[in-house]
Amino acid sequence: MDQFILQILNGLDKGSAYALIALGLTLIFGTLGVVNFAHGALFMLGAFVAVTVSNLLTLSHKVVDETRTDFLGNPLQVDVPYLYDFFGQAAGDTIIDWAVPISILVAIPIMVAIGFAMERGLIKYFYKRPHADQILVTFGLAIVIQEIVKYFYGANPIPTPAPDAFVGSFDFGVVLGFDPNAIIYPYWRLVYFFFSVVVIGAVFAFLQFTTFGMVVRAGMADRETVGILGIDIDKRFTIMFGIAAAVAGLAGVMYAPINSPNYHMGMDFLVLSFVVVVVGGMGSLPGAVAAGFMLGILESFASMSAVIDLLPGINQIIIYLVAIIILLTRPRGLMGRKGVMEE
Amino acid sequence: MLGLEKKDFRLLLIVIGLTAFAPFLLNPFPEGSDLAQFNAGYPDLMQRFVIFGIFAIGFNILFGLTGYLSFGHAAFLGAGSYGAVWMFKLLSMNVLPAIAISVVIAGLFSLLIGYISLRRSGIYFSILTLAFAQMSFALAYSVLTPITGGETGLQLALSDPRIFGAAQTATGNIPVPALFGLEMRSSFEWNVGAWLFTFNAGYYLAAVFMIIAFYISIRIFRSPFGMMLRAIKSNQTRMSYTGLNARPYTLAAFVISGMYAGLAGGLMASMDPLAGAERMQWTASGEVVLMTILGGAGTLIGPVLGAGMIKYFENIFSKINETILHGWFAFLPDGLEDVVVAMIYPFIGKGWHLTLGIMFMLVVIFLPGGLVQGGQKIAALFSRKKAEETKPNATEPAE
Repeated sequence: MDQFILQILNGLDKGSAYALIALGLTLIFGTLGVVNFAHGALFMLGAFVAVTVSNLLTLSHKVVDETRTDFLGNPLQVDVPYLYDFFGQAAGDTIIDWAVPISILVAIPIMVAIGFAMERGLIKYFYKRPHADQILVTFGLAIVIQEIVKYFYGANPIPTPAPDAFVGSFDFGVVLGFDPNAIIYPYWRLVYFFFSVVVIGAVFAFLQFTTFGMVVRAGMADRETVGILGIDIDKRFTIMFGIAAAVAGLAGVMYAPINSPNYHMGMDFLVLSFVVVVVGGMGSLPGAVAAGFMLGILESFASMSAVIDLLPGINQIIIYLVAIIILLTRPRGLMGRKGVMEE
Repeated sequence: MLGLEKKDFRLLLIVIGLTAFAPFLLNPFPEGSDLAQFNAGYPDLMQRFVIFGIFAIGFNILFGLTGYLSFGHAAFLGAGSYGAVWMFKLLSMNVLPAIAISVVIAGLFSLLIGYISLRRSGIYFSILTLAFAQMSFALAYSVLTPITGGETGLQLALSDPRIFGAAQTATGNIPVPALFGLEMRSSFEWNVGAWLFTFNAGYYLAAVFMIIAFYISIRIFRSPFGMMLRAIKSNQTRMSYTGLNARPYTLAAFVISGMYAGLAGGLMASMDPLAGAERMQWTASGEVVLMTILGGAGTLIGPVLGAGMIKYFENIFSKINETILHGWFAFLPDGLEDVVVAMIYPFIGKGWHLTLGIMFMLVVIFLPGGLVQGGQKIAALFSRKKAEETKPNATEPAE
């Protein structure tokens, strides 16, 4: 039983990342009808916003510390972050420690701006082109973004720690009445899960309960009629693209402490996210979220040693296998709408 | 000639000429000169040109004609490589059975995957092929280690139970792949003044296969079968209303292109008898997509050009480093030199992928017909008058 709960928990954090990326992909697809292969790159950019913020916060200048000496006997030069000068040492340390949560605030405007730029500068010209062209041009864009990041940050993963308060693990077993140490779960992954639930909830609430969201939903259902009613739907869809980019970026920011960001992390996630979107059903937001969590949990169940002994290698292929089975038995995915992508 | 129209036959002759004289054409700069680093006429790279050319020609039969975008073609290339290496291990070091088995294995493998994937079209087809290729990659990397060698890849060993031919040479080495005694790695070097030309056995074998592959692809493009495939691309619904079932045609195209990929994989293993799982990864599938689009999907010669261009960039441009750049721009005043070098440097050397990505995007945005279309546009610019005289031909799709 404890194993069972542990695997569900393990699946949740990966599932959250899949769900967030798939949600953004589906938003873009559902509103603009564009298959965005550069979405993984947006996720990666988010993670690198976290890296950049923590680099900026630790910008420092050299100060000669008279009380200490280096091994040659000269006065030691110490790197002092500018933040110490502004806020004093204790507050400065706290700010540096909380670099990743702070990056969330920075990431939202940056990612929205990048999303706008992408949509207005490139994607706009591809609405009328075939889906294959959209895939290809965004695939090219993903390569370009990836290489630019590689040029500035190098090819190695950059460790970006979570705040000290969230380092360590939470002993779930005790809460649920199992033996201590039976179910150990890192705090940050718990944070990641709750964060993603909040973000997903916010996106759904935004679409469901605001006038803007209502117009967007109407546009998704019947773009032409909404246009005839005198609403500039293109502008709203551009904003939705920005929001989708921000969702991917936030997923990346928060993922940075779990997996040190490197320039190809986006591509690694992209392939799986596309599978998630297709399993959930092209154009269905609840489908994307449900499929994200489902596949994340399935993946973690498949990596249990008991399962691997039974079916060797199943952990590597489970997601693809499920995708193939679902696509062949339910052609529209789990919750796909009729008439979407059925040329 | 050979069942080809005059125009196609001329194209075939040009390709034969170019591949036959490639050791000369790709080595235009004398040894030891500053520009010698741009020479591409060494065996390893020339082999890659033609092998990836075969791969791209095959991919083009599927994507260029039917419009089905497969993101998993590298799986067939990988399967072909494994098959070929196993033939070397078990049967003989002759390359012909190895290449034959790699084509057969890739054909069967693509029949299986194609049969399932082709039940869907559009993005679903792309995702299905991607999923199958990633599955093959993951399995080859982990569980199938006894067959595929896992992380280290499949290699020849001194203890291979070879039926024909010895397990090791007289000197105790592993024998090398050969065509009836002609070793694939053997080369004839010819010094002409300052120039050094290398004629490699493996390259010429691969080139012969590429010319055959190219010939078959022309025949397919011009055949009623090719016409059916184009019909699928332009309007599948209309095709089914005329009473034709598209599935057998797409499946045939898929299997043919899979066999081309297998042939490329077999040749790759013949040049260098090892096979690794990374050949099946989806980035490898993405590469052949890049090649085909860059050169011009749906055109005959485009994929070969694209393959050559990408491989040339990968091997030649990536070698240029900052020192060489400074050498080139040394004639500029110091400050300006640094600025120019700093501006160019991100795009070459290790950053050549950036150039590739930008070039690819530009081609997709402005030249959906690839470099071939670009060439035609430029040609039309210079001979506008002539083009107007032959207008009925000029409006034909690029081929």
